[in-house]
Amino acid sequence: MFVPGNNPGLMADAHIYGPDALMFDLEDSVKLSEKDSARFLVYQALKTIDYGDIEKVVRVNPLNTPYGKADIEAMVFAGADIIRLPKSETAQDVIEVDEWITECEKKAGLEPGSVGMMAAIESGLGILNVLSIAQASPRLIGIAIGAEDFVTDLKTTRSPGGSELFTARSMLVFAARAAGIAVLDTVFADVNDDEGFRREVETIKQLGFDGKSVINPRQIAPVVEIFTPTAKEIEHAERVVEAIKEAEEKGLGVISLNGKMIDKPVVDRAQRVLKMAMAAGVI
Amino acid sequence: MNKNILGVDVPESISGLGNLKAFNGKRFSGTAHEMPNIKNPDQRMSKIVDNLESAIHLSGLKDGMTISFHHHFRNGDYIVNLVLEAVAKLGIKNLTVASSSLTDIHRPMIDHIKNGVVYRIETSGLRGELANQISHGLMEVPIVFRSHGGRAYSIASGELKIDVAFLGVPSTDLFGNANGFSREGDNSSACGSLGYAMVDAKYADKVVLLSNNIVPYPNTPCAIPQTDVDYIVEIDAIGDPKGIMSGATRYSTNPKELMIAKAAADVMEASGYFEDGFSFQTGTGGSSLAVTRFLKEKMIRKGIKANFALGGITSQIVKLHEEGFIRKLLDVQSFDQDAVDSTLKNEFHHIVDAHFYAGPGVEGAAVDQLDMVVLSALEIDVNFNVNVLTGSDGVIRGAVGGHPDTSAGAKLAIIVAPLVRGRIPSILDRVNTICTPGMTVDVLVTEQGIAVNPARPDLIERLNAAGIKTETIEALKAKAEKIVGHPNPIEYGDKIVGVVTFRDGSVIDVIRQVSR
Amino acid sequence: MEIKKASTAGTLESSDIMILLDRGENGIDIELKSSVLYQFGDQIRAVIEQTLLEAGVHNVKVVATDRGALDCTIKARVLTALHRAVETTDYKWGV
Repeated sequence: MFVPGNNPGLMADAHIYGPDALMFDLEDSVKLSEKDSARFLVYQALKTIDYGDIEKVVRVNPLNTPYGKADIEAMVFAGADIIRLPKSETAQDVIEVDEWITECEKKAGLEPGSVGMMAAIESGLGILNVLSIAQASPRLIGIAIGAEDFVTDLKTTRSPGGSELFTARSMLVFAARAAGIAVLDTVFADVNDDEGFRREVETIKQLGFDGKSVINPRQIAPVVEIFTPTAKEIEHAERVVEAIKEAEEKGLGVISLNGKMIDKPVVDRAQRVLKMAMAAGVI
Repeated sequence: MNKNILGVDVPESISGLGNLKAFNGKRFSGTAHEMPNIKNPDQRMSKIVDNLESAIHLSGLKDGMTISFHHHFRNGDYIVNLVLEAVAKLGIKNLTVASSSLTDIHRPMIDHIKNGVVYRIETSGLRGELANQISHGLMEVPIVFRSHGGRAYSIASGELKIDVAFLGVPSTDLFGNANGFSREGDNSSACGSLGYAMVDAKYADKVVLLSNNIVPYPNTPCAIPQTDVDYIVEIDAIGDPKGIMSGATRYSTNPKELMIAKAAADVMEASGYFEDGFSFQTGTGGSSLAVTRFLKEKMIRKGIKANFALGGITSQIVKLHEEGFIRKLLDVQSFDQDAVDSTLKNEFHHIVDAHFYAGPGVEGAAVDQLDMVVLSALEIDVNFNVNVLTGSDGVIRGAVGGHPDTSAGAKLAIIVAPLVRGRIPSILDRVNTICTPGMTVDVLVTEQGIAVNPARPDLIERLNAAGIKTETIEALKAKAEKIVGHPNPIEYGDKIVGVVTFRDGSVIDVIRQVSR
Repeated sequence: MEIKKASTAGTLESSDIMILLDRGENGIDIELKSSVLYQFGDQIRAVIEQTLLEAGVHNVKVVATDRGALDCTIKARVLTALHRAVETTDYKWGV
């Protein structure tokens, strides 16, 4: 869940709604005259407030602004889990941030590599470079798309059907899977449109996304619901895992369930379902 | 031996019967409506007097007496200010004002207090500048705070003797049959139930009705019967419709309030009281009202219905009644237009008076039949005592209402509150004012945890068995203080500005003047 | 740190605190208005003072208007105002 960086009221208890991660924003939601305010505020919040098991992500300003370097240094010292880089266009963008984070980790006395990174793609060029971006750094745990700036770059607008985002979303998923990292979808701005939101979440789940950014606590429950495996899916996954165990015990090479051969993709899918189910707390 | 007016010899007394009074040709036993002849064929009888001054005069109101009002018109009430202004102009002083509650609109009372018109006040609550000044020592005699049930009981028992009740009513006929709405004519100032007023009407020595809407006789069925009424004054407006009533009370969309409401509904479901034929009451806003929304889903899933809902009736409760989820409604105060309309059209939406609703006597009240109640609170302490009267700064800004009555009566009393409000923690070592004693409070539900009163191990067991985590209230308090720090207790002076009574009139806490 | 100009940070929004810093001669002089003055006034002053002392400031005039800000917010707003007053971007994180 996205939390604007210069709003003390929202920062205090954003975690009670149970998002998987909180993304504190120093970039687009903070006006230029308040970039320093937001930096200090998020720094103090991260150092003081107990956010429990929730992942602490900070979206910093790009390195080619007067704010980026100071943002990143502050957030490394503050104990952020992940630095999210906006407007990533090339692998070099990622590498430069990676190098600066390394220096900051040293200054802060942290284990090198302890701070992760995410890259948000917000332009056509970024999408075309998405594979090299996704593979640019071992710190990078995920990529995301920022739709508003993206459609502006494409010289179009957002539509309910999202056709203008279709290719970009797909390419993001391809790259993420090729690089073995996570992929998150963009925010849905109309908080009151429950129907439209659910449709978009269903769509991106089908495309292969791992999750979605939300801007309001109300949006959390539908995402969890749609991404949580159904009882049927869980039951099937459990039977697959059972079948594998049985085959191993019997020393069989080929694993079968209900007369169908189970090969690696089926096994992987089953394990992923069970992992999701456990994360959602349903098993 | 006396001769009566018809020439009959009437003994002065007969053994076994006592003294006898001789017939004197007068129609009425009292002094009101005296007429020269026993029958006046040209004039229809009426209790409507020329004006308010006339009614005050006829009522025999004198210095030092007690007058009463109801608060069904909430922050749109014109009656209290109107009557006090008239009373002040007539030079009457040192009155006790016993209103069922007072709010921001009663600010003009400050001047009447300063001018000696008002000597002391009994009420369920105070708000606004009036409350602020009283907290800072405006009055010599402390305010007596009573719950709705406590007030009704004290009136019925005679402890609170009302000399003259001034009751604003949305409709009345010329004899005093009155309702909280109108079946004909102007219904814009409707308030629905007249639950608080009905008790005053029954027991006050003299009852004056004020209305902007005189309807043809008989205004039946009615809440206040003609036999309770002495005088009627027709006025232009009894209140501001916008202040009296909202259009329809909506469920909150605030995510934190909804989180709390859902948790409270889960507690109700696991409590053991959630069976077919159960009964419940909720507060009328925020988290407490939103509980109803989650309760409905659970009722559908379990296939059960509620026997009755009590309150404080809002459009959401009315909807559930009309959809068949709640069999009967008992209404002591209607909160919105939908509730008012429902009292008119739904046979089993019944108006009850405050005594029936919450009186603490052995004759029993509706609250004694209540299974579960969900109430909000400003503060709660580690002994589960609740404060709904004074703010975190020690200034009076709320009302006791039916809080202690419902908590005492219900089998399960749930308090809902956010863990902190800005920097103000909801859980303290000791609340600023005890309104409802912890011995009647069972569960505290916040968005960051649930605490059960240790006196209810049965509930702890049932909730934990249902997978609902509970913790001690001390642990929740520590959670709150980890976020906001430990607040300094408010400093008070010695002067007592308010006495908070429990349902039976005994003193449960005192409010002292804030020292600044 | 030497205060070069008067500066402010923070807003008058609920849960925030507005801090105005200016040159002073009488130690750390704090004028405080707060919506929770009676409950937390002492603590708010202590946080402002400690934050300034830790930053090496011993003489400053502070005008604070608080609307229920938590300690971390107070600290952040004081440090922001201070850095603006000193006109420095030499941050010392990790303090």
